[in-house]
Amino acid sequence: MSVQTTDYTVSEIRSPAAFIASRVFIYGALVFWAFVCLFPIYWTITTSFKSAVDVTQGHLIPFVDFAPDWKGWRSLGLSPDSIFQTSTVRDEFFKRFMNSVITSVGASALAIVIGSLAAYGLVRYRYKFAWFKNEDISFFFLSQLILPPVVLALPFLVLYREVALLDTRIGLVLLYTLMVLPIVIWIMRDQFNSIPVELEEAALVDGLSIWGAFFRIVMPIALPGMVAAFILAMVLCWNEYFFAALLTSTDAKTIPVMVASQTGSQGINWWSMAALATAAITPLAIIGVALERYLIMGMTAGSVK
Amino acid sequence: MAEQTSTANAWAANPADLIPPGRKRLGWGLLAAATLVLLAVIVVQILYKTEMSTVGFDTWRPVIYAYILWGIALGAWQVLTRGEEGQRALFLLPALLFTIAMVIFPTLFGFYIALTDWNLSSFAGRRFNGLDNFRQMLADPYYRNALFNMVLYVLAVLVEYVIAFGLALLLNAQIRARKFFRVVFLLPLMLSPVAVSWMVGKSLMEYRFGPAATLARHLGWDNPAFFSDPITARISIMVLDAWTFIPFMMIMLLAGLQAMSREVLEAARVDGATAWQTFWQVTFPLMLPVSVTAVILRIIFKLKLADIIITLTSGGPGGATDSVSSFIYREYRDRSNVGYGTMLAMAYLVIIVVFVTWLLKFASRFVRNVN
Repeated sequence: MSVQTTDYTVSEIRSPAAFIASRVFIYGALVFWAFVCLFPIYWTITTSFKSAVDVTQGHLIPFVDFAPDWKGWRSLGLSPDSIFQTSTVRDEFFKRFMNSVITSVGASALAIVIGSLAAYGLVRYRYKFAWFKNEDISFFFLSQLILPPVVLALPFLVLYREVALLDTRIGLVLLYTLMVLPIVIWIMRDQFNSIPVELEEAALVDGLSIWGAFFRIVMPIALPGMVAAFILAMVLCWNEYFFAALLTSTDAKTIPVMVASQTGSQGINWWSMAALATAAITPLAIIGVALERYLIMGMTAGSVK
Repeated sequence: MAEQTSTANAWAANPADLIPPGRKRLGWGLLAAATLVLLAVIVVQILYKTEMSTVGFDTWRPVIYAYILWGIALGAWQVLTRGEEGQRALFLLPALLFTIAMVIFPTLFGFYIALTDWNLSSFAGRRFNGLDNFRQMLADPYYRNALFNMVLYVLAVLVEYVIAFGLALLLNAQIRARKFFRVVFLLPLMLSPVAVSWMVGKSLMEYRFGPAATLARHLGWDNPAFFSDPITARISIMVLDAWTFIPFMMIMLLAGLQAMSREVLEAARVDGATAWQTFWQVTFPLMLPVSVTAVILRIIFKLKLADIIITLTSGGPGGATDSVSSFIYREYRDRSNVGYGTMLAMAYLVIIVVFVTWLLKFASRFVRNVN
């Protein structure tokens, strides 16, 4: 399931010239696309160190083109000289940041718990609720994936007002859980399917109940899949904007909403915008680099048999 | 609970026989009590809200608590009356109850709202108006335009697929630093679309100073305004969305390439096929099932496209870049028109359910015919 390196023999290459040409093409294309992927990130990070003139003149390389300055980070209250002073912007930023952390971690955790249980049940047991069998139940869960957020957004806006969940983190957590649940079930079904059923049968013979077997035998084996599902869910929740923009106003606003609302009366402060964007993407960029293996595992679950 | 039922586990021919009647009665009692509580709370609340009684709660939140309580009682009832069968049902119940509460009820409620004239900013309140919204929708050129844009956006997936396939082939070739390139290629997927649309769409592609505009000028495009005329603006949105989502398809296709059996490729080479022939005759047909999965998943995500458009163009110029989601978003944000907006959303839901069902059928027949 995880992506492994495959070593191709080069016997298919016919002549040295053709070999060199193909190498040049392959590495050229790789470097070009790496540039396409990295340049916007580079631009974002460097812009947070630019002053107004450097932005409008399109200076690119720090120390050569322009003198880096903590301007963007100072406006967030996060530069070395302002970090120990009180800053309302920083307080605001940390509040939004914590909202994002709590909603995405909370929703991913909740989805993992109920999603894993459901996936396990669907893989191992036969159900029949009225005329719904396993396939129908699975389809019911997975079909939620095509439900566009906009269909639920307005009814939820009205319902959340009635139950006083508008602009609360719990409200967002519930919606995000719903959003990632089909993906979690999809990944975990694949994961549980790959565990031999004999392990649980042995555990049952040894006197464990089915829940005991699940927690003591199955869960430890399925842990990598759970991590993969958790991380993928985290990414989706962290970047979610649509529900957050509609359903939060002051208390539960998340980072993407804060980023989107950064227009001042005198146009845009590019340096502070860039600092904010950098702060918004850094956590996931770190997760992406460090836990890339799990991300790939999550994304490829069930697609390759 | 586990100790009680371990005696009545899979070995018994009919576990229900081993459950004492007292336990069954307890289970039924619990369920009945919880159902009564739930119904009582709902009735009290309806009476209070319709001002037929003075006893009640300010919000409907107690109904949620009663529902959770009822869910717990339902689980207990299953375990108490059905033993191990019930314990099995317990795996499924939380997700099922959660999804039903979060999807079925709001969707039904949505269908009701769609039939009302309801503007949150007016004092008139909600008024049932039947199919008026539907008629208004049929005559709404902006909605039709948004649907047409969705067709274009979905078609763009094919271009994304070609690029993603190319990248997957590159990563699957014999190269050094494969892991480095894989991580780098994956990065755009991790970035928040909102941050991307600000920093790339508004800054990098800025008309005066953005490096992308500067580059375009160097390449001979005199007036590189990415978001001012309809066609360029659409393409810009597609490019930005593709940038974030190409890694998703690329990873799936890469996994497919690596799962392919080496023997087939060897055989093709032994038979003297060129690289070009090998790709079209062997690799591509073998990759078809993975490709179809990747493209369908991508289309499903594409149908939700909204964030980039909302932050970048707000649908402009003149609705040229509007997706259905962003159009409805503005219908609510700018005009607080809940009733009409919901009708548009529900119509969209029906359209994409039909479309995706057709797509799945078509895809499975397509894969079967080719292989």
